[in-house]
Amino acid sequence: MNGHGRWARAYGAPTWHLLALALCFLVAGYAATKVVEVGIWPGFLVWFVGAVILHDLVLFPLYSAADFAARSSTARTPRRRRTAARPPGRRPAPINYLRLPTAFSGLLLLVWSPLILHGAEPNYRAAVGLSTIPYLTRWILVTLVLFAASALLYVLRCLAAGRAGR
Amino acid sequence: MGIQVSTRRARHTLGTKLAPSTVWESRTLPNGCWGVALERPFPVRSPNSRHWISGGSVPDASRGRDREVKPDKKGRLAARLRGWSGPPGPFRPEFWRSPLRGPWLTSVLGLILLAGITAVAITGLVSYAAYEPRLPGNDTTPGRGLLGFYLFDWPTDPVWLYRVTQGVHVVGGLTLVPILLAKLWSVIPKLFSWPPARSVAQAVERASLLLLVGGAVFQFVTGILNIQLFYVFPFSFYPAHFYGAWIFLAAFVVHVVIKLPRVISTLRTYGLRDYLRSSVADTRPEPPDPDGLVAIDPAPPTMSRRGLLAFAGGGSLIMFGLSIGQCIDGPLRRTALLAPHGRLYGTGPNDFQVNKTAASLGVTPALTGESWRLTLTGQHRMELSREDLLAMPLYTYALPIACVEGWSTVQTWTGVRLADLGRLAGIRTGSTGVTARSLQRGGYFGEASLSAAQVADPRSLLALRVNGADLSLDHGYPARVIVPNAPGVHNTKWVRELDFTQEGS
Repeated sequence: MNGHGRWARAYGAPTWHLLALALCFLVAGYAATKVVEVGIWPGFLVWFVGAVILHDLVLFPLYSAADFAARSSTARTPRRRRTAARPPGRRPAPINYLRLPTAFSGLLLLVWSPLILHGAEPNYRAAVGLSTIPYLTRWILVTLVLFAASALLYVLRCLAAGRAGR
Repeated sequence: MGIQVSTRRARHTLGTKLAPSTVWESRTLPNGCWGVALERPFPVRSPNSRHWISGGSVPDASRGRDREVKPDKKGRLAARLRGWSGPPGPFRPEFWRSPLRGPWLTSVLGLILLAGITAVAITGLVSYAAYEPRLPGNDTTPGRGLLGFYLFDWPTDPVWLYRVTQGVHVVGGLTLVPILLAKLWSVIPKLFSWPPARSVAQAVERASLLLLVGGAVFQFVTGILNIQLFYVFPFSFYPAHFYGAWIFLAAFVVHVVIKLPRVISTLRTYGLRDYLRSSVADTRPEPPDPDGLVAIDPAPPTMSRRGLLAFAGGGSLIMFGLSIGQCIDGPLRRTALLAPHGRLYGTGPNDFQVNKTAASLGVTPALTGESWRLTLTGQHRMELSREDLLAMPLYTYALPIACVEGWSTVQTWTGVRLADLGRLAGIRTGSTGVTARSLQRGGYFGEASLSAAQVADPRSLLALRVNGADLSLDHGYPARVIVPNAPGVHNTKWVRELDFTQEGS
């Protein structure tokens, strides 16, 4: 076995793979020493670890459970229609007309929750000179518009499907 | 769907021609093991069954790890470990059932993120340079060391540059949130893949992925909280976001270097159109992949791939559409319904975005009244009242004020040229910069420095009026700095002293 083969078998990838990763850890490690020097490392580390798990262990279980619930509640159709391969003339599946506005509204809430739920009120009022109160109303309005648009689209699709089926 | 048909045929051929339970296939190892073709058992779906057949007696989850076992103690332990199919639930490949996950989807999302994050990262680094951290009072990360290697003198032209780059950084970051979430969703089975690593290479690479995912979410979360002034993090934003960026970028660059060849070959093999064309009804899983992204027990599709991309893209469009208004003037500014700094104050000359009120920084009318004097420090020292300043030649320019938090607006400013004030203090124009000190108590940038080139620009003003009216207290009365293309924090409000004795700038 030549050197390349032995290396590949022991390590599992070409040499440049290890070199590239070593460089990555070098730069990241250097930046990490700066975080330690500034003295903010305990908080930084906690938030960094939190960031690693935020999506996969917090957000994902929440939104997939919500999605599962939504699918179960909308899928009251017989089993044979499960494959979404609906013949023309059938009502379109309602799930995505529920999914999209819910997800978009949830996304806006996720990103802007400090404004919408007034968590940022003290700093915000002091800095900007205005209150965060309008944001809750705005978010509710945007959410209503999203659901209304989705419902309208669903009704139109149902009507179109009904016409095609006749 | 040509792809699916040919795949199924290939599977079928393999399953019938070769051994009934074990199919040996020459293939590359998952994750960074290219170029190392090893003979390995690869599970295939039997043509008549929904179940997977794996190598020999080894259970499903340990597929691809079958090797001759040496009969020593260590070997027996290893064999028993191999016999264990791993923890239940998400650690089992059959847990992940979305028919949409696969290398093609991840590649497309990855390419979009590559473009987007590159733009956000470059504009972020540009913003750091725009802060001119090498000048006294401007440095929020004095220990940056080599990480400031690229710093350059921030220009005053074009005047809209910082407005655009910081708009791209903030609104671009907000727009990427749904794409990032979609990308994380698309690869989530890999977090739980069992065993955690199949080679040293994979273990090292997965360690870098912790930095990648942690770094990305850390940067997005700190940025998003900071623009909403929700300072719940137990550290100062500046060093955390700056050093966090370097940790993230190190992992991001190496991730792109390792994965881009795979992305390109995946998209070359399958193209964009075929998968984008398929409707919900004819959406099929991608062909099995070595990384285990493709579900082995897929659920019926409820959304097509183009539907999913439109879903993520729609989320981006909503994020963008509801925040871009804070970077635009005119009636479109009203569209910034969900953006922290797109607020309307009224219709008067001073009714534009306030970043920090006078009250929040301890600036009271008593400090800015008749007794206020501007101190000029240079070859000689002198004090000027607001009347003295108004008696000097006044110039008017329409200049943007653009904040690091992403909002910007163009207003018409009237005031005295900084260069004229420098000459008054006995300074030759272009020979030195200036440090502006504010009446403000506490807060960042109560003292900020401008470079010699910034002072020399004829449009750099100590503004006394805006849109034809006296500055309001919240906008910096009695006098504020306004410099073309400078980040907002360098446009010091409530100036009490202009110090031209700066060295080495």
